[in-house]
Amino acid sequence: MISEKIINLGCITCLLIFSLVAHYMDEPYFVTLATRITIFAMAAIGLNLVLGFGNLISLGHAAFFGFGGYISGILATHAFNSEPIFEWPLIFSGSSNLIVIWVLTALLCSALALVIGFFCLRTTGVYFIMITLAFAQMIYYFAISWPSYGGEDGLSIFIRSSLFNINTMNGMNFFLICFFWLGLSLYLTSRIIQSPFGLALRASRYNLDRVKSVGITPFRIQLLAFVISGVITGIAGSLYADLNRFVSPSSLSWQMSGELIVFIIIGGVGYIYGPLIGAIFFVTFEQIFGSYSEHWQVFLGLLIILTILFARGGLIGFLSRSRDYE
Amino acid sequence: MTFELFIEQLLNGVQFGFMLFLMSAGLTLIFGVMGLINLAHGSFYMVGAFSAAAVATVFGSFWLSLLASLIFASLAGVIVEVLVIRRLYNRDHLDQVLATFALILLFSESVRWIFGAYPLYLDVPDILSGTIQIMGGIYYSKYRLFIIMVGLLLSIFLFFLIGKTNLGVQIRAGQHDREMISALGVDISKLYTFLFGIGAALAGLAGALVGTIQSVEVGMGEPVLILAFVVIVIGGIGSIKGALVASLIVGCVDTMGRFLVPWLLTTITDPSTAMSIGSAIASMLIYILMAIVLIIRPTGLFGKVLT
Repeated sequence: MISEKIINLGCITCLLIFSLVAHYMDEPYFVTLATRITIFAMAAIGLNLVLGFGNLISLGHAAFFGFGGYISGILATHAFNSEPIFEWPLIFSGSSNLIVIWVLTALLCSALALVIGFFCLRTTGVYFIMITLAFAQMIYYFAISWPSYGGEDGLSIFIRSSLFNINTMNGMNFFLICFFWLGLSLYLTSRIIQSPFGLALRASRYNLDRVKSVGITPFRIQLLAFVISGVITGIAGSLYADLNRFVSPSSLSWQMSGELIVFIIIGGVGYIYGPLIGAIFFVTFEQIFGSYSEHWQVFLGLLIILTILFARGGLIGFLSRSRDYE
Repeated sequence: MTFELFIEQLLNGVQFGFMLFLMSAGLTLIFGVMGLINLAHGSFYMVGAFSAAAVATVFGSFWLSLLASLIFASLAGVIVEVLVIRRLYNRDHLDQVLATFALILLFSESVRWIFGAYPLYLDVPDILSGTIQIMGGIYYSKYRLFIIMVGLLLSIFLFFLIGKTNLGVQIRAGQHDREMISALGVDISKLYTFLFGIGAALAGLAGALVGTIQSVEVGMGEPVLILAFVVIVIGGIGSIKGALVASLIVGCVDTMGRFLVPWLLTTITDPSTAMSIGSAIASMLIYILMAIVLIIRPTGLFGKVLT
């Protein structure tokens, strides 16, 4: 039985070493692969905050992932074409500065999460699942039928946005930027769930009446968690758009939401590092089985079903056999 | 816009509504009785459409293909229930969501493996092709009218099944108190399998019927599944009456929206802008409708009001 801490440290170190080795062996494909894992993990970490610790099963987090991506794409496109996004009431031009993009992503995603969360958190259980899904679908269809930014074909970003003097087109530099974000979101999550706010959130999944009886309004706690979660997933989406230099409605699709949940469950629900381990596993699985058969999703489907039926607690739970699994 | 066109679009909305009802009836019953959220319900829709397409290609008979969709979809439903779903009834919603998500991957990839990635097309039989005069000078597609009739008949059948038969009594009792009815000697596990098979058969039939209007392709079930979710959220989970009313509302609002919103916008802006903005707004209409219903009644129109 390996302790949970060692698994966590091992995974994050492996990811870093893997990309460093790939970089020095001049294998940009594998650096990109490591970057994908990093970004997926961050997106799922965002979702895990509400899903793992608040038991709010959002099947619509692709809305934030894709929305973040589109913000990144739209700003970069306007900056590239040097035409303002809107001219009234004041001129607002695009930007290819990552800091500006991230700040705007965080602001707009929190606004979106506030609206979606406000409606969805009026409901619980299975209604919540369906309504988050429906909101994400609404944005998905909007992106498809809105022709200005590529519609169904998606939007290309011609030059990856820049950060200070760092050459972001260098795969390793961009990986390190994403890795920094991953570390930050892991740190934030661990701080949040130990704070009074996090304790209230974790308590709300067990017994709402008791939470209410000590004077906490669960709705506010859950809404705040939903907003933070949306922002983390949104920034991951923005990074993903910059990584691929492309964003399309598929990043808003319900399959994306489903995959985020898959990362969390494979890794282990309620573990801070669960999404990271799930994302490592998922992408590795995709690489290995995808090279054998284009129908690798059949095996993925089987594996997920078997995991749920027989290996509860995900990989971390399976490896560490720890009992503090929430 | 002419009156004829308006009526035609309204009927299209009703036809779409009945299709949604065939999907959402199974979904809402399965949730109401077994407490299971089933994302893979759209896969039965797809299985129905593909088995209809396969049978129609081999035997050339439309009626046989409809029968095949019922048989194969219900068979798929029963197999899945016995192998996987049965173990999920006592799990939390998260496990159910993920396991049924995995079932979608399994079904979609398997169908792609067998049939290839290209869409298939079904033909309308001669007797149902062309139009028919319905009133005054209004002509309407015979096939779509046929779908409305089938939907209507199946709705009556379902209401009869649930309201008047012994089986219906068991189903309704199951919604209220699972343990009690198994204590009273009802074989609950058989009832669940049967109900799941019925739900899958209805979804499969819907897939086969729509397959003639649209193309039959992998992934065709999920957009309909999500609309069915909207329907049962609006109607109230577990309520078959709610599912019928909400299906017709959603069907009409969606169809009429796509047609009326761009038309209304042409009065204030130029046609091409009106077309693009209009279609973007129209695609969001039903979700807006759902949000409004939720503000007023968080448990849906016919759902139980929580105290």
